Amino acid sequence: MLYRLQMSVVKEILSLLRDPASRRLLIGAPILQTLVFSTAATLEVSNADVALLNQDAGRWSYEYVARVIGARFVDEIVIVQSMEEMTELIDRRQVLIGLHLQADFSRDVEAGRPASVQVILDGRRANAAQVASGYLAEISATLGVELEQRDGVSARGSPGVELRHWFNPNLHFRWFIVTSLSALLTMMLTLVTTSLSIAQERELGTFDQVLVSPLNSAEIIISKTVPGLMVGVFVGLLIVLIAVYGFGVPLTSNPLLLFASLLLFLFSVVGLGLAISAFCQTQQQAILGVFIGTIPMILISGFMTPVENMPVWLQVAAELSPLKHMLIIIQGCFLKSWGVAEIWPHAWPMLLIALVTLSFATVVVKSRLE
Amino acid sequence: MSRVSKTAVLLRRMAALTRKESIQILRDPSSLVIAFVLPPILLFLFAFAVSLDVKHVPFAVVLEGNGVKAHSLAAAYSATPYLDVVPVRDRRIGRELLTRGVVDGFVVIPQDFDERVLNQVPGAAIQVITDGSKPNSANFTAAYAEGVFQIWLRGEAGAAVAPRIDQRQRVWFNPELESRRVLLPGAIAIVMTMIGTLLTSLVVAREWERGTMEALMSTPPSMLEIIISKLLPYFALGLIATLGCVLMAVFLFSVPLQGSLIAVLLLSSVFLVPALGQGLLISTLAKNQFVAAQAAIFSGFMPAFLLSGFIYEIDSMPTLVQWITQVVPARYFVSSLQTVFLTGDVWAQFRWDMFAMLCVGALFFSITLANSHKRLD
Repeated sequence: MLYRLQMSVVKEILSLLRDPASRRLLIGAPILQTLVFSTAATLEVSNADVALLNQDAGRWSYEYVARVIGARFVDEIVIVQSMEEMTELIDRRQVLIGLHLQADFSRDVEAGRPASVQVILDGRRANAAQVASGYLAEISATLGVELEQRDGVSARGSPGVELRHWFNPNLHFRWFIVTSLSALLTMMLTLVTTSLSIAQERELGTFDQVLVSPLNSAEIIISKTVPGLMVGVFVGLLIVLIAVYGFGVPLTSNPLLLFASLLLFLFSVVGLGLAISAFCQTQQQAILGVFIGTIPMILISGFMTPVENMPVWLQVAAELSPLKHMLIIIQGCFLKSWGVAEIWPHAWPMLLIALVTLSFATVVVKSRLE
Repeated sequence: MSRVSKTAVLLRRMAALTRKESIQILRDPSSLVIAFVLPPILLFLFAFAVSLDVKHVPFAVVLEGNGVKAHSLAAAYSATPYLDVVPVRDRRIGRELLTRGVVDGFVVIPQDFDERVLNQVPGAAIQVITDGSKPNSANFTAAYAEGVFQIWLRGEAGAAVAPRIDQRQRVWFNPELESRRVLLPGAIAIVMTMIGTLLTSLVVAREWERGTMEALMSTPPSMLEIIISKLLPYFALGLIATLGCVLMAVFLFSVPLQGSLIAVLLLSSVFLVPALGQGLLISTLAKNQFVAAQAAIFSGFMPAFLLSGFIYEIDSMPTLVQWITQVVPARYFVSSLQTVFLTGDVWAQFRWDMFAMLCVGALFFSITLANSHKRLD
């Protein structure tokens, strides 16, 4: 029996790696994707273009503008002479924000009155515009405090806030993205590989041959989990290595714990893939089924936006997604030195998903056998 | 005379091939599912699940001081609508909650807080700690936590002092800064990428895999005719799906359409050129569905998600990645769609975006043609 299983596992591995194009793709694509996407995906703002309409000739508007030019997030300042010009630039998405200083800006500053700065944000780029507006508000506030101190209105010190970001003190966005990608890309590749492995045999008619072979349903399912697991372990470890050695993300937990969680995650993903392919007759159906399943899973997993922002019933639905649990575990293992006690509450849901989906797939295959 | 009849034959052949392709689409319900079931799911999730506006941040307030001021500040934190406050008395519990990921941040109001505030002691009166493993949330959490303290401090000082530089912000096109208004057009681009690139690459790769491409090749139509008649039904499917998405966005999710429907359809038609071209290119190079699917995810779906600028700002990406985005057709489509929905028909922008999409499309088609002579190897 073990020999039978061994042979069918070998067959699965061979059929996965037979095609040179798929070999290249399985190795090359994850590396490229990790490098490109983890540097691309950032919610910070840099290289922003700003349109400036300065109707004030006084020294304070120059002081203000000089500080904006010096700000790190600004790439280019486009000086305009009229509101129409600014409107045109914003309409055509040439600039992210418009800055308008009115003629009485310096006069107001000198007189100790609040001097107003108009900031126009492009609502089509809502997030970036808000972040940039936050940066500008900091510039305004700093200048305002300096003015107060110059005029002797406020004391030099007042009670303040000590701010610390734990686990990622400089808030490197890449640490978050690259670690999340190790779960996300692994999931996509594993799902496609697994769900296609049955569908491909069905489409080509060879699944019937497997069914009439001496293998029983459990053996068929076990051998069908192998290609997905192999791809998943390989890609997952590859991205973890890129994260640690390429991007310098600290891996603070025991790597074996991370590996064990990855395996558990992969079993749940493979189970989902097999469950999907149980419904599908063709490869096209299997792939599209994977997409219909994974896109909602990605969207509610907390990868793009925090889970706590979602309506409660969607938060409940997110519990059913192995990706959500794995993302939490990965962040915990990489940055928060998690141990078994912290991992377990997020690990058992994955275990449950794996058990349910894998036994479902076995039952389906069994019903075909009879 | 013979020329006219040649054209007639050509048209009839193409019509027959297109009809065959359309019947195949109708026969396999999964392509219809992509065109008609996926869009509502996606739009729905983008409307309700994906929101970049961080509200209801789980947050712990560690109240160690027992003074009046300390209690008053703690109450101010509890009253903030943006924070969902867990009150605790010991900073060790705050640490524990943060490490386990139960809260995104906590503030420590120490024992000597009242004294520090009353005597205007310079330096840190409170400590705010955030969970840096979620950088975006950490930024928002820090801003909220500091904001609450500053406002509370001003309130304590009595008459609120107006800031010297008064920054006023106006948001054009989307005054409430609702992220769904920005994200829904992006979702349409993803649906279209799935239909144009993923579906097409699968369909053509299937013909190769099953060997029916050879059967088609042995028929009189040229390769170009075969390809065009394969793409036409998907072009139509894509346009119908767009129309459905637009109607849903406008009527179900109340995203206003400031521009014209004509502009939307024109932009979508132009976008389908590079999208279909990419699908065709993938299937020509891959020739089996497994590889085609992986390649379509890698080069079509993920870039449409991450490199098109609908969530992550392209200007903020490294220069090399910005170059790569130049050949991501979804990039031009997303920016034009956002404009047509929120601003109106800005043809100065659309012209440029459509030109860019056509260029990318021409690139994909010419690589495909160079690789797909009518041959059997």
